[in-house]
Amino acid sequence: MTLDRRTFLGTSAAAAGTLAAPQVLADGHGKPRVVVVGGGAGGATAARYIARDSKGEISVTLIEPTRMYYTCFFSNLYLGGFKEIRDIGHSYGALAAGGVNVVHDWAVGVDRDARTVALAGGATVPYDKLILSPGIDFVEGAVEGWDLSAQNAMPHAYKAGSQSELLKAQLMAMPEGGTFVMVAPPNPFRCPPGPYERVSMVAHLLRTNNPTAKIIVADPKPKFSKMALFQEGWADHYPGMIDWIGEDFGGGNVSVDPGAMTVTIDGEETKADVCNVIPAMKAGRIAGLAGVTEGNWAPVNAADMSSRADPDIHVLGDSSQQGDMPKSGFSANSQAKVCANAVRGALTGSKVFPARFSNTCWSLIAPNDGVKVGATYEATPEKIAKIDGFISATGESAAQRKATYEESEGWYTGITTDMLG
Amino acid sequence: MASVPVRHITTLAACLVWAGSVASAQTGDAEAGEAVFSKCAGCHSVGPGAKHRIGPHLNGLFGRRAASLEDFRYSRSFRRAGAGGLEWHADTLDAFLENPRALASRTRMSFRGLKDAQDRANVIAYLRGFSDDPSDIPEADPTRQGSERDLDPAILALVGDPEYGAYLSGECTTCHRAAGGDEGIPSIVLWPQEDFVTAMHAYKNKTRRHPVMQMIAGRLGDEEIAALAAYFGQVQE
Repeated sequence: MTLDRRTFLGTSAAAAGTLAAPQVLADGHGKPRVVVVGGGAGGATAARYIARDSKGEISVTLIEPTRMYYTCFFSNLYLGGFKEIRDIGHSYGALAAGGVNVVHDWAVGVDRDARTVALAGGATVPYDKLILSPGIDFVEGAVEGWDLSAQNAMPHAYKAGSQSELLKAQLMAMPEGGTFVMVAPPNPFRCPPGPYERVSMVAHLLRTNNPTAKIIVADPKPKFSKMALFQEGWADHYPGMIDWIGEDFGGGNVSVDPGAMTVTIDGEETKADVCNVIPAMKAGRIAGLAGVTEGNWAPVNAADMSSRADPDIHVLGDSSQQGDMPKSGFSANSQAKVCANAVRGALTGSKVFPARFSNTCWSLIAPNDGVKVGATYEATPEKIAKIDGFISATGESAAQRKATYEESEGWYTGITTDMLG
Repeated sequence: MASVPVRHITTLAACLVWAGSVASAQTGDAEAGEAVFSKCAGCHSVGPGAKHRIGPHLNGLFGRRAASLEDFRYSRSFRRAGAGGLEWHADTLDAFLENPRALASRTRMSFRGLKDAQDRANVIAYLRGFSDDPSDIPEADPTRQGSERDLDPAILALVGDPEYGAYLSGECTTCHRAAGGDEGIPSIVLWPQEDFVTAMHAYKNKTRRHPVMQMIAGRLGDEEIAALAAYFGQVQE
């Protein structure tokens, strides 16, 4: 951080004296109010940091429909048998105890002129700053033959919880020598290595319980994150089991029939015993309802994650269109801290430090075979720009891979505590 | 204080100017780069459906090993450079575009180079848009060159011991005046400690390119830099 101390003091004093205080007073209420929609890695972190660091000066309300939060990260490890479902479930109790007003309801509308959020239960919640972190929804019609009504026959399991449990149950019940088909999503999507870690975890599960089973991946992309690492791992641990069909071989030309449990890939019909359809994604619905999306995502300013459409709305995580950061829980958590710092500064005149972002994604390929990719980022006027990065190398030692996996477990504890208290 | 020989000051000043031009070249404007690319477009194509022409197409260039497209006939010079490990990243492209023969002596690219650092940064930013996007493939090449802010937060969080710093400062005050003043050589007193630590690590990791400071900072550990920052941050003359 190279912020000059004098400049910084001058700026924050001016903000406190001329902007934040009069705005709050003019609105005729005592405490500035922050409303956060979505209690995942972005929203929970932002709510917690603002409540904690403002020491009661800001009222923080988190709107999140589910009472139990299941992390999407590590949900593949649940599928692989490395975690129980309860290991990836978290309540919002500690967040509430930390001073966040947790409301379990759906946000169904935003009135930007009145600065209120409408809830499905009928209430209206006023805000001075609104933080939207609603994750992803699916693009309708993205995979021919599939819609949400088919998610029981062909689960997406790309929002963790009951969908993860359903997919796991289907995998466990698969007939001997059966076929698992994954329909992978086009870019951009949540967790770029996620589908391929899932393939690895499903392969591990089947290798153990159903070793003659087959895995087919229909992918609309010519390549994917950590591709060399995954393909090396698949050849080592699961030889002959996984058939990845990329764009060149018609992996993007897919339709499904959830009733007949068939998948047609580039004109060739396959019977699936279990079919995991991960459709194309877009920003969580409330972002569109708030009118801050362009196309499928919500463009933001890199310096503070504020919406390009409304300075009083910030968008975090998967829903935001920010530049180079992958859509991941780590990214959302990183963005939330930048946003929390900026929002507090705007509302109370507290110190605002320059944005700095980072991300690391760990993936598990097989027991004790962990890999990672990560980068640092900075804010430019145009976007969040990647500065530098690293990735695990192919051919690393077993000890290195084990250490990477152990590191990822430490990270899981760290980030969930950082988010939820 | 020992006086600094005039010739020495001149050399340092020249180095500072050079370092400044390098820093400004780190930010490219892709839109301006599209105009610069018109100088390349006679031989190279880029974008959807781009094909080899006199030169190879430039899609997916970043992170690619030189001379690695199988369906293009490269010069022997480039095949050798590729075999030797040359990869295309912002820094190697910058060097190549400044003077193509610096990287491949007998390249068939008959182009004298782009002498203007900003032109190079712009065209590099333009070309970057046709390679993998880090938001989809996180391991894709950087879209910005490393900045001096790229520091482990743990290093910035170190609290230095000013007494140790006073001892170490002797090496610095041979050139930098403890009382401040920045004619010829910059002042290093009363800096915010974060700025001091950041700058010293930028020399250490060779982001800042002053050769003497690279040498001095190169042998200072994190604790020592923190100690110096603590000392110079509060030094009173």
